[in-house]
Amino acid sequence: MTIVALPILIPFALAISLLVFRTTKVCRWVGPLGSFAIFMFSISLFFRLKTDGILTLNMGGWDAPFAIVLVVDYLSALMLMVSSLILIAVSLFAIRFLPDDIPLPRFYFFFFTLTMGMNGAFITGDVFNLYVWFEVMLISSFVLITMGKKKEQLEGGIKYLALNLLGSFLFLAGLGLLYGKTGTLNMAHLAEILKNDNQATLMNTSAILFFVAFGIKAAVFPLFFWLPASYHTPNIAITSLFAGLLTKVGVYTLIRFFTLFFVHDQHFWHNLLLIIAGLTMVTGGMAAASYYETRRILSYHIISQIGYMIMGLGIFTPLAIAGAVFFTLHNMIAKTGAFLASGMIAKIKGTYHLKEVGGLYKQNPLLAVLFIVPAFALAGVPPLSGFFAKFMLIKAGIESGSYIITTVALLTGLLTLYSMIKIWNEAFLKKQPENQANQKPIKLNWADYVPLAILATASVLMGIFAATVFTVTMEAANQLIEPTNYIDTVLRNKTP
Amino acid sequence: MEVILAILVGVLYTAGVYMLLRRSILKFIIGIIFMSNATNLLVFLSAGLIPGSPAFVDGTTTTAHLADPLPQALVLTAIVIGLGMVVFILALKYKFFEVTGTDDLDQLKQTDSQK
Repeated sequence: MTIVALPILIPFALAISLLVFRTTKVCRWVGPLGSFAIFMFSISLFFRLKTDGILTLNMGGWDAPFAIVLVVDYLSALMLMVSSLILIAVSLFAIRFLPDDIPLPRFYFFFFTLTMGMNGAFITGDVFNLYVWFEVMLISSFVLITMGKKKEQLEGGIKYLALNLLGSFLFLAGLGLLYGKTGTLNMAHLAEILKNDNQATLMNTSAILFFVAFGIKAAVFPLFFWLPASYHTPNIAITSLFAGLLTKVGVYTLIRFFTLFFVHDQHFWHNLLLIIAGLTMVTGGMAAASYYETRRILSYHIISQIGYMIMGLGIFTPLAIAGAVFFTLHNMIAKTGAFLASGMIAKIKGTYHLKEVGGLYKQNPLLAVLFIVPAFALAGVPPLSGFFAKFMLIKAGIESGSYIITTVALLTGLLTLYSMIKIWNEAFLKKQPENQANQKPIKLNWADYVPLAILATASVLMGIFAATVFTVTMEAANQLIEPTNYIDTVLRNKTP
Repeated sequence: MEVILAILVGVLYTAGVYMLLRRSILKFIIGIIFMSNATNLLVFLSAGLIPGSPAFVDGTTTTAHLADPLPQALVLTAIVIGLGMVVFILALKYKFFEVTGTDDLDQLKQTDSQK
C-alpha cells in the first residue's frame, strides 16, 4: 500500500515547495495548510487501519525482511495524528509570534524537514532506517534551535547538540552490535528471532546502548541535562514545537523497542524502568518548583512527565501500556498548549519572569481561561485529559502491586499542581508589580488566540470522550503486548 | 584482523571521550569526530571480516565465501551523516566564536545560572 509512505512524502514535498516559493506571503498559507493536510491524512490513515488491520509497505520492491518496511499500527497512527495536530497549532502560532530576524520561509522549511524525520521515525519498521530518520530530525532541530543566533541560543545549541550527538553514536553502536548478533535489523524479524532467545546477558549489551540513546532523546533521569539547558533559549514557537514533539519520539521508540523485541530479561528491565521513572518524575518536579521563569518551569516539567510514560512501560500490563500511550498523547497536546500560553504572556508583558508579571486575570480573562485548561490537564484535574491518563497508570500500578512507583506518581502530581498554580498565581492573580506597572501591555490580536484555543479544545475533548480514546489506546496496547499480529503482517503480509 | 580493529575501536573511543572532556570546544569537536569514526568501525566490524571475498553475488562465487554487504552499506550512510554533523558543529562553533569570542566550555554557564 503506497499511501503508507505519504506521511514522509507530504512534508518532504512541502519542504521542497518552500525552496521555490520563498515569499512570506505564500508561506503563511503553505505552513498551516500543509500541516492541516498532514493532519487530515493521518486521520484517514487511522480509519484505514480500523478496517484493514496493520498497514505495511515494503520499499524498493524487495520482500520483508530484506526491504525497508514502513509499518502503521495503532500506536504509530495515534502518534501521527496528535503530532500533526501540534504542527497545525505551532504553524499558526509561528506566523504571529516569530520575530523579524527569523524569516518565516526558512522556519517552515526546517519545520517540515523536522516533521519528515519525526513521521519517518513513527512509521518505520527498520532499526537502521529509524537511525536515519532520527538524524534527519536532529539536524533540523539543530538548525531550529540556533535560529536567530543570539548568544545564549548558540550556547544552548552547543549543549543540545553535544548530548544528542552522543546519543546518536550510542544508538548506532547498539544497532551495529545487534546486527552482529542477530543478522537482521527488521524490527518484526528481530522480534521473531529474539522471542525464544535465552542469552539475555548477551542481548542486554545492545539493549542498554539503545536504552541510553533513547533515554537521552527522551530526557529521562540521569540523562536529561541538555533539555533544561537549551529549551528556554530559542524563540517560543520553536520551543513549543520541541516540547510537544521531540522527547515524545524518544518515548515512542522506547515503547516500541521494549514491547516488540527487547522482552528477554523482563525482571531486570522493568525494575530498571520503574526506578528511572520514579527518579525522573521527582527530580523534574522538584526542579520545576524551584524556578520562577515560565519556560524553565515548563521545561523541567517535561522531564517530570516523561517519568509517567516510562512508568507505564515499566509496569508492562495492557492497561499500563495503554495508560502510557494515553499519557503521551495528552502530554503532547497539553504541554505545547502550556508553552504557547507562556509565549502569549511574554508577548503581553515582555518577559518570562514570573516575578515581573501579574494582573493578567483582570486584563485578559480569555488568556486566563485558555491557560487554565492545559495547566489543569497537566496537573490531572478531572474532567480534562490528564486525569484519565494518570488514572489509568495509577490503577495499573495498584493492580500489578507496584505500590512504591504509584505513591511516587501520586505525590509528583502534587508537585505538578504546585508548579501550575505558581504560574497561575504569579502571572494571573497577583497584582502587577509596581516597578513594572508603567510599561503598557501589548494587546493581542484575535488570531493570536487560535493556536492555543485549538489545543485547549483538543485537551477538553480528550477528557470528554475519554472512553473512546481509552478503547483506542487499549487496542494499541494489546497490539504492543501481543506482537504476533505485527510480526505476521510485516513478515508474511498476512492480514488477520 | 578483527582483534586489531577491535583494539583500534577501543582506542578511538578512549581518545574520543578524553577529548570530549577537554575545555576547548575545538577539542570537543575532535572528540566527536573520534567517537563518530569509532562507531563506524564498530558497525563495520559487526558482521565479521571475510577478507578477499566480494560483497555481491556475481554468479561464480559460492555464497559461503561472501562478505556481508549490509554493514558496508550501513557504514557508508553513517559516514555521510557523521560528516554532515561535523560540518554543522564546526559552523556552529565558528558562529559561537564570532559572537562570544571564546573557545572555553567553562564559559558556557550563562543559560544555567540565571533563575
